[in-house]
Amino acid sequence: MDITPIWLTLKLAGITTLLLLTIGLPLAWWLSKGRSVFKIIIEAIITMPLVLPPSVLGFYLLLAFSPQHGIGKWLLQNFNIQFVFSFQGLVLASVIYSMPFMIGPIKSALQQLPLSLSQASYSLGKTKWQTFVKVLVPNIKPSLLTAVVLTFAHTLGEFGVVLMIGGNIPNVTRVASIAVYDSVEQMDYASANVYSLILFAITFIMVITVFVFNKYQLKSPLE
Amino acid sequence: MISIDIEKKLNTYKGLQVLKIARQFDAGSITKIYGPSGVGKTTLLKIIAGFIKPEKGIITVENITWLDTGSKTFLPPQKRMAGFVFQDYALFPNMNVREHLEYATSDAAWIERLLSIGKLENLVMHTPQYLSGGQQQRLAILRALAIKPKLLLMDEPFPALDPEMKTDLIYKLKILFDELGTTVLIVSHSPEELEDLCTDEVFINL
Repeated sequence: MDITPIWLTLKLAGITTLLLLTIGLPLAWWLSKGRSVFKIIIEAIITMPLVLPPSVLGFYLLLAFSPQHGIGKWLLQNFNIQFVFSFQGLVLASVIYSMPFMIGPIKSALQQLPLSLSQASYSLGKTKWQTFVKVLVPNIKPSLLTAVVLTFAHTLGEFGVVLMIGGNIPNVTRVASIAVYDSVEQMDYASANVYSLILFAITFIMVITVFVFNKYQLKSPLE
Repeated sequence: MISIDIEKKLNTYKGLQVLKIARQFDAGSITKIYGPSGVGKTTLLKIIAGFIKPEKGIITVENITWLDTGSKTFLPPQKRMAGFVFQDYALFPNMNVREHLEYATSDAAWIERLLSIGKLENLVMHTPQYLSGGQQQRLAILRALAIKPKLLLMDEPFPALDPEMKTDLIYKLKILFDELGTTVLIVSHSPEELEDLCTDEVFINL
């Protein structure tokens, strides 16, 4: 049995989670402060993948990054980058598709911290960035872990969007969820079962880890 | 000398009210601010610290303009560095007692002295969740003092302390304020408890 789809899936989920953590932390912080019409629009766009059929998102990404026209053509001509039917395309689609799972818990946790924590830090002469790194982020650890695990687990299970933009190219874009579908199509139920069991086990262990970790963090230290 | 002349709209249970304060405070003075609930005592401290912007006003501290709505001057809280003791303490749950003070200052000798004043020397490794209300309150006061502020704003700083501890702390704080030349504004619901400490008073009512 070919184990490459499992490896590709883990690689995709890892890269996506790292990228989203880097983008998501400052973005969630920005969204957590105040409510302007512009922020509401940005938040709505970020939340869209939660309710949009993955195939619709995948379809538009396929059109947008097609090397024949638009952004896709420009990227190919100027930087020799092709997102369609490539691993980097899967990463791009996964980042967009899983973004609400990273942003949501972090933003919510930051909003629940008392405003006086930031103000106390500012009164000591600390910048907004120092306050974010030293005071705010360390106090949202459980939510941060939840966001990371949800993002990783959600990326493991992506199907529609990765199939649309990545297709089913062995060793390049054939991730585990697609391999399951492909195996069933070929009546190879044994392989489908192995891929499914591995995905199930990884996801279950991750979710259990979050519950166990957060169990000890449930009581707010401020209480 | 600290000069304050501000106007701030407040949403109260009586509807929209305006907090108007025009007042000067001598350098090194210790002033208690008292008045009924909801008249804007905490808001006043937060305006001075730079956490809230008033609709109109001028604040100058030792000839430096912290706020002037006319010329749109607004010095951020980080530049004002007014020590602030919050009513809810606002301690950092991720930091222990020593880390709170080290976050504010790198002066090790000053940290040791503050710990001694607050009688927290034996609790340096404790995070706020393992401190009593009185210990948390003392830590909040020490953290604000760690930056050696020229202006200290204290919002209900003593109610969680037992009488003996309160008397001892107030005595030591008075010496410290003199030494640092700190001007202090203290909001209190029990102005009588500050008789020995304060040199001036302001009554606020809408």
